Amino acid sequence: MLRVLDLAEEFERNPSQPILQGKVVATLFFEPSTRTRLSFESAVNRLSGRVIGFSEASSSSVSKGESLKDTILTVANYSDLIVMRHPVEGSARYASEVSPVPIINAGDGANQHPTQTLLDLYSIRKTQGTLNDLKIVMVGDLKYGRTVHSLLMAISQFNASFVFIAPPELQMPQEYKLFLKESGLKFEEHTDLADNIVDADIVYMTRVQRERFSDPMEYEKVKNVYVLRNHMLANTKPNMKVMHPLPRVNEISIDVDDSSKAYYFTQALNGVYTRMAIMSLILGLK
Amino acid sequence: MKDKKHLSVSAIENGTVIDHIPAQNLFKVISILGLDRIPNQITFGTNLESQRLGRKAIVKIADKYFEREEINRIAIVAPHAKLNIIRDYEVVEKMLVEVPDHITGIVRCVNPKCITNFENVAPKFEVVDKKNVSLKCHYCEKITDQEHMEYR
Repeated sequence: MLRVLDLAEEFERNPSQPILQGKVVATLFFEPSTRTRLSFESAVNRLSGRVIGFSEASSSSVSKGESLKDTILTVANYSDLIVMRHPVEGSARYASEVSPVPIINAGDGANQHPTQTLLDLYSIRKTQGTLNDLKIVMVGDLKYGRTVHSLLMAISQFNASFVFIAPPELQMPQEYKLFLKESGLKFEEHTDLADNIVDADIVYMTRVQRERFSDPMEYEKVKNVYVLRNHMLANTKPNMKVMHPLPRVNEISIDVDDSSKAYYFTQALNGVYTRMAIMSLILGLK
Repeated sequence: MKDKKHLSVSAIENGTVIDHIPAQNLFKVISILGLDRIPNQITFGTNLESQRLGRKAIVKIADKYFEREEINRIAIVAPHAKLNIIRDYEVVEKMLVEVPDHITGIVRCVNPKCITNFENVAPKFEVVDKKNVSLKCHYCEKITDQEHMEYR
């Protein structure tokens, strides 16, 4: 994990390295994720590789009923590496078992999105100078949010403490809280945002989605409670950074964008360096 | 009385007797071991009285012996099963089943969004709790516990 971060740092210092010249990377997006796909494709292009692929299942043979195995075995003939986004959980691990070329999981349903976690860790280390002993505040949809779950698991290895801020319907699942308890790591749970970010090193925002609520009234009650506004940053620590996996809708007010603590767009840029590092390591080019 | 009880499932000359199967799981044991697809003589009794299980089942398979790995596959449905290896009407060896570390192809993953429920992939699990039999999917990493276990 740290090796990926170190290498990403090297790519940030020197992003133009034609080490993927002559290589073809396939980006197979069985469900749309423009941001992740473009980030991977940008990384390949910056390393002088070529990209083939599709951006949604309807433009592939999947719409004709082709199995995932057949798609992977076919595309593996055309490429040196496959980057795959798929709505079905465990699909990436299965693909890696049948594929003769390496597979990178760019998100498999609600299961994992490991490159997002690595770029989050890279962003945290870059802004804080360390991954150790940080206070991470996670806000919004903590129940279904894959990124917060993966980040929690990863940064738990570095003695982090956590504050979870979510509406009652979208609290951090029991299994993660149990994991923290067993690991001897501190966490607090709150439903109010403004009062609980003052001593944070990282505020990790996520979107509260209307479709997660069975009762629309409940959504209406909480939808504005979890909006971060610039004035709330006044008493926060100077090193604090606001992160967000993007896309943002309204959970971070646009007046935050001008704050030096807003980090979400740079975080997306870090994704390119991190993915450069991951691809070069997997292909044995670094 | 005692003799009658012994005769409720007839003795075999050579083969394997699997005892202490929970009565409700008898047919799962038969299916997991593929006993419905072999030519051997098989007798079974079910809903027999058992102090430990309430109602138990017993299967006697003539001229058939199992590898340890093969027999451990039934541990998730019959964790207290006992095997008697019979040669010339005598019990020559007794074995208990052990819950294995990994289980492949027997249980369905509880997660409807798991790849094993979409493609023709044999579900694979790591056994994370041997006592209460709880399985972690190798693919989607979700836990299937005993209460939600469905067999393929």
